[in-house]
Amino acid sequence: MTQTELTAAADRGLGVTARRDVWWLQPLLIFIGLTTFGVYAIWAAWQGNHYLYVGHGAYYLSPFYSPDLQAIFGFHPPFSFAFLVLWIPLGFRASCYYYRKAYYRSYMLDPPACAVGEPKNRCYQGERKFPFILQNIHRYFFYLALLLLASLWYDAIRALFFRGPTGGLQLGLGVGTLVLFFNVITLTAFTFGCNSCRHLIGGQLNCFSCSCTTRTRYKLWRGVSVLNLKHMEWAWVSLFAVGFADLYIRLCAMGIWHDVRLW
Amino acid sequence: MSSRVFKVWRGDKSGGRFVDYQVQAEEGMVVLDAIHQIQRTQAPDLACRWNCKAAKCGSCGAEVNGKPRLMCKTRLDALPPGDVVSVSPMRSFPLIRDLVTDVSWNFQVNQKIPPFTPRPDATWIMQQEDVDRVQEFRKCIECFLCQNVCHVLREHDLKQHFFGPRFFVRIASLQMHPMDGLDRMALLKDQAGLGLCNVTKCCTEVCPEEIHITDNAIIPMKERVVDRYYDPLAWLWRKIRHAP
Amino acid sequence: MTDTSCKYETHEHDVIVIGAGGAGLRAAIECSAQGARTALICKSLLGKAHTVMAEGGIAAALAHMDGQDNWQTHFQDTLYGGKYLNNWRMAQLHAQEAPERVRELERWGAVFDRTPDGKIMQRAFGGHTWRRLAHVGDRTGLELIRTLQDKGVHQGIDVFMECTITRLLKDGQRVCGAFGYWRQTGRFVVFQAKAVVLATGGIGKCFKITSNSWESTGDGHALAYQAGAQLVDMEFMQFHPTGMVWPPGVMGLLVTEAVRGEGGLLCNNQGQRFMEKYDPKRMELSTRDVVARAIYTEVKEGRGSPHGGCFLDISHRGAETIKRKLPSMYHQFKELADVDITKEPMEVGPTAHYTMGGIKVDADTGASGVPGLYAAGECTGGVNGANRLGGNSLSDLIVFGQRAGAGAAAYASQAAAPRLDQEQVEAAAREMTSYFGRPSAEDPYRLHLDLQNTMQNLVGIFREEKDLTTALARLEELKQRAAKVGVVEGQRIYNPGWHLCRDLANMLICAEAITRAALWRKESRGAHSRLDFPQYDDYFGEHNLLVQNDGGVMKVEPCPVVKVPELIPLVEQRKAREKK
Repeated sequence: MTQTELTAAADRGLGVTARRDVWWLQPLLIFIGLTTFGVYAIWAAWQGNHYLYVGHGAYYLSPFYSPDLQAIFGFHPPFSFAFLVLWIPLGFRASCYYYRKAYYRSYMLDPPACAVGEPKNRCYQGERKFPFILQNIHRYFFYLALLLLASLWYDAIRALFFRGPTGGLQLGLGVGTLVLFFNVITLTAFTFGCNSCRHLIGGQLNCFSCSCTTRTRYKLWRGVSVLNLKHMEWAWVSLFAVGFADLYIRLCAMGIWHDVRLW
Repeated sequence: MSSRVFKVWRGDKSGGRFVDYQVQAEEGMVVLDAIHQIQRTQAPDLACRWNCKAAKCGSCGAEVNGKPRLMCKTRLDALPPGDVVSVSPMRSFPLIRDLVTDVSWNFQVNQKIPPFTPRPDATWIMQQEDVDRVQEFRKCIECFLCQNVCHVLREHDLKQHFFGPRFFVRIASLQMHPMDGLDRMALLKDQAGLGLCNVTKCCTEVCPEEIHITDNAIIPMKERVVDRYYDPLAWLWRKIRHAP
Repeated sequence: MTDTSCKYETHEHDVIVIGAGGAGLRAAIECSAQGARTALICKSLLGKAHTVMAEGGIAAALAHMDGQDNWQTHFQDTLYGGKYLNNWRMAQLHAQEAPERVRELERWGAVFDRTPDGKIMQRAFGGHTWRRLAHVGDRTGLELIRTLQDKGVHQGIDVFMECTITRLLKDGQRVCGAFGYWRQTGRFVVFQAKAVVLATGGIGKCFKITSNSWESTGDGHALAYQAGAQLVDMEFMQFHPTGMVWPPGVMGLLVTEAVRGEGGLLCNNQGQRFMEKYDPKRMELSTRDVVARAIYTEVKEGRGSPHGGCFLDISHRGAETIKRKLPSMYHQFKELADVDITKEPMEVGPTAHYTMGGIKVDADTGASGVPGLYAAGECTGGVNGANRLGGNSLSDLIVFGQRAGAGAAAYASQAAAPRLDQEQVEAAAREMTSYFGRPSAEDPYRLHLDLQNTMQNLVGIFREEKDLTTALARLEELKQRAAKVGVVEGQRIYNPGWHLCRDLANMLICAEAITRAALWRKESRGAHSRLDFPQYDDYFGEHNLLVQNDGGVMKVEPCPVVKVPELIPLVEQRKAREKK
């Protein structure tokens, strides 16, 4: 029996832990992932152009610029009109229970990982005080996200129609169409797996079997619960999908990439 | 049979240190077996709390290589081979001695939660789907690893203002019980400090019973608190529904 | 320097309940409900008692699944399982009151699995005629204890955790309190009370291979014996046929009977379903005593599995069913033994599981022969006779926990305040401090292992006279060594070695009682199998054996089985049916 050097169990401070695995890897990856997307999204929204691809009769609208307010209302704000809408998905994701976990850990180090020390002497208020008490309005962002989702479905379906040489619309399929469908399907799975949605649709009930309505809501709740179980995965896949859709259309619109018509 | 080095925390309130022990590793051995071997052969007074040794009672929580675990469920062959194994007490509770901590705070918290109180019209006819959620929460074996790992208690030491994940699960099991007639929303929001939780999910990660603490208990409770206190539409809806 | 101080604190209550498993909690709730100031003392933390290990369910004739079920059938099943050595009155009360106790649990917040029409679900189990076990998956014991725990703490019971009682204190003939020590500080404490309820559970730790936790050291048996109470049926130790045999660290850990209930097959190393040799009618679902003996015989005759058990295979039921019906078994084998039970067989062997024997009590009140001393649960004897049916232990806890609580509260409301004898307190304190600083002390861990080996090898599943007399001689040696057992190093705070020194004294009393009673009963019946007397014996079939402290000597004597005249037709009816 030998004695090793003294390691005070009461030590505190950033990164203090007895864990010996690579606990910092996950928060680091999340930091890189979210930062990359954030920088790209702001840049892309700032551009105010190359968001619509109409070459070869296609009609692909970037999800960052949906709905196309400029075309619908015909007005031209002095800034990129993407900002008129982007606050909705931003707010929805920022107040999402999964993203909260991700950025509290990776950006605020509160905590950086489980059983790992935080910066000392912080006055912790959690989500009880401003600004984080605002997380409680998540469900309103969910309602707004539903509207946006409708617009994105319209865009995806619109991308199935190509303007022919005679000017009429005909059914078709391009890689861009697939990109837009991938985008809207993953976003739908993300949106309907939302914890607020799960609560509103049935989670708030205590008795599922008590009436015809509650039995229907129970079935819906079960469905939402299946999506909710993979909410984190849908959050990342849909984040990638939306960024990729914008990039794809942008490259096509800039003429750097050529969309392939599949059918 | 191979030999492995265990660094076991020895000490009490006044201080302590890691002490190295050689353990003869047998096939299929768990950390608690190693601790028992140390007690039997090298340190008869090594303090360690345990009961069933079958992951059913939740007594032997400790930190193995820095991770909160049940010692009876942590196999040596699941830890990095050849490496030393460190075992220290749960850090969020006051130390009694060696691996044993004073978890009595948890029992005090439980007393503050109004118990199951049947509705006056309770029929006791419940369908399985009505009790599935409650049964998940009642799997809890009260090992308090979630309390130990939660940073609100571990790092910020807010025991005065925060009940911790274990008791949000407990409150959820009462609130979602189809026959319970009490409302614990004010308790949740204020005394229990639900708002202090920032859903970083470490409780769910360490739960040996694999209860979805955050997604199935804490978040639904947060949403119910929103219904009551933060959602103007829900407030309006209640007014209209209960209007004469 | 070790603190050898004998100072102690004192608490005063009407009733103290020692043990906080199902029976202790239920007794304390009842006492408190009757208005008695009640203390509940647990050796571990509250809610960690061995009750949490119970898996299958609570036997109660609720008749939710099978409408024909009633208390009479439950009573008959219990007597048949116990080979008619049960205390009839206890078996009657048990069968009659279990349904109400279960419904009461539900009203206190327990959430049982549901039938399609929304009532409490019941499952089939060995020896029960109808589907009778109310259950929650395979964690029924946890549900029971958590429900009672929450009911109890909100009812104003004073709970004292990690407190070990080492001696009962007496005022003349009656019990007047208990002496103990706090594990967390090592300091002494005296509980003064008008009545004491013992609910300390089993004695599995006397055996090497056991499904019991470290707490099952027969404290209540020993405390009662020392206080002058009688023990009954001590020779009947139930060996559960299926415990894990590998890896070594989990040897003995329970594999629930529900595995066989769900269709699990027992095979030897030649792939033969050997139960057809032992009980061709019921095969794997024969009673526990028969299956345990069968496995033991197969292993002894060289047809065992690599790690000294036999194979139990459920994989033919398919992965989905297994994970849904037996979730904790699936995880237990996956995590602890690297065995995927959906694909490969388990290795299982008998494990010391439950003691049918215990303190002899009055069926209606739980009163022992000592005034003021009550008992309930596994530490009592009577309801189970020679062999317990699965599911009857949890119902035993709540039925007789309630009765003992009511009995103790009623006694306390009439009894005068007891007088504490300083001399007894000091003697108890001296005993505890004497373990420190003994030169060349015996190692308690070594001694415990020797005791377990003795009991396992000589007083196990099969017994015979020469083994039992050898065991008695060994126990005598162990007692001599136990007088010198001690703690070489360390302090009083949470010292497991110190604690074991005291537990050993209790285990030695229980071990001796088992051995002496086993030697006395010259027949094979239920859980007691004598190689030298393999048949039933009519005399022993009508008598229980009592063990008592007779001036420092352990005395065994027979006494006729307690019968209830008006139930004779029921019993005769069942006996006639079994003959057919």
